[in-house]
Amino acid sequence: MLSTIKGRWTSPGLEMRMNVKNYVRFEFSSLPENVSFARSCVGAFASQLECTLEDIEEIKLVVSEAVSNSIIHGYNNDPSQKIEVMVSIFDNGSLEIIVKDFGKGIEDIEQAMQPTYSSNPTHMGLGFTFMRSFMDEMEVLSEPGKGTSVRLQRHFPSQGHQAMA
Amino acid sequence: MNADFKQVRDTLVVRISGELDMLVADQLRQAIDQRLDTASIRTLVLNLEKVTFIDSSGLGVIIGRYKKVSAQQGRMYIVGACASVEKILHFSGINKLVPLYRSEKDVVNN
Repeated sequence: MLSTIKGRWTSPGLEMRMNVKNYVRFEFSSLPENVSFARSCVGAFASQLECTLEDIEEIKLVVSEAVSNSIIHGYNNDPSQKIEVMVSIFDNGSLEIIVKDFGKGIEDIEQAMQPTYSSNPTHMGLGFTFMRSFMDEMEVLSEPGKGTSVRLQRHFPSQGHQAMA
Repeated sequence: MNADFKQVRDTLVVRISGELDMLVADQLRQAIDQRLDTASIRTLVLNLEKVTFIDSSGLGVIIGRYKKVSAQQGRMYIVGACASVEKILHFSGINKLVPLYRSEKDVVNN
């Protein structure tokens, strides 16, 4: 499990990605109604991978967590803001999900990732714990006052030519 | 999300259906708390048979109700969680605080 933390929010070359077999990109208002839209969309897109229903459930969960974090923590529940989601399937069969907001950002990412749900049940820590546990890679880029971008990646080694290895 | 409430003596059974995420978390929290505050409930049973999805917002509602019921010296149970929901309950450790049962009948029998 690789989990990297970086201070800078701007992710380079979002559009110029190598080895992308398929991708979907969409943006939506930071409304709670759109959390289920986002996870259903990504779940439907991911279903073209050779994965189990359980995998899809886990993918839907991590999208739900990332988008909820953006709405609750990035935007303090302000529904007039914007969230971007980009999902890519690479040639080697791995799935990448990027959830990006333009909200207040995270001052201390490491602290935010602590699973301190016992002190505050809706704290984002539990959400990060799910993202970290159900995905193979998690990268959080955040800049206070500018926004937060969460990049999640999961490998499905049975895909394509990887299956021959 | 929909929630039906049934109270028998000091036991409140909440049958929830749909997806438990941030859209419905506050609504569910308030609906349960209203009943916990007005009636002397000693046992809270959350029936999740018809819950198809839960994330940390939904878990937050469950943990919060557990704390509230415990503070009133009451007990709480979860029944009927499907495999995917049960996995999340286990993962979060809620099952160590709130016992999980197959059905409402199983709670009564225990």
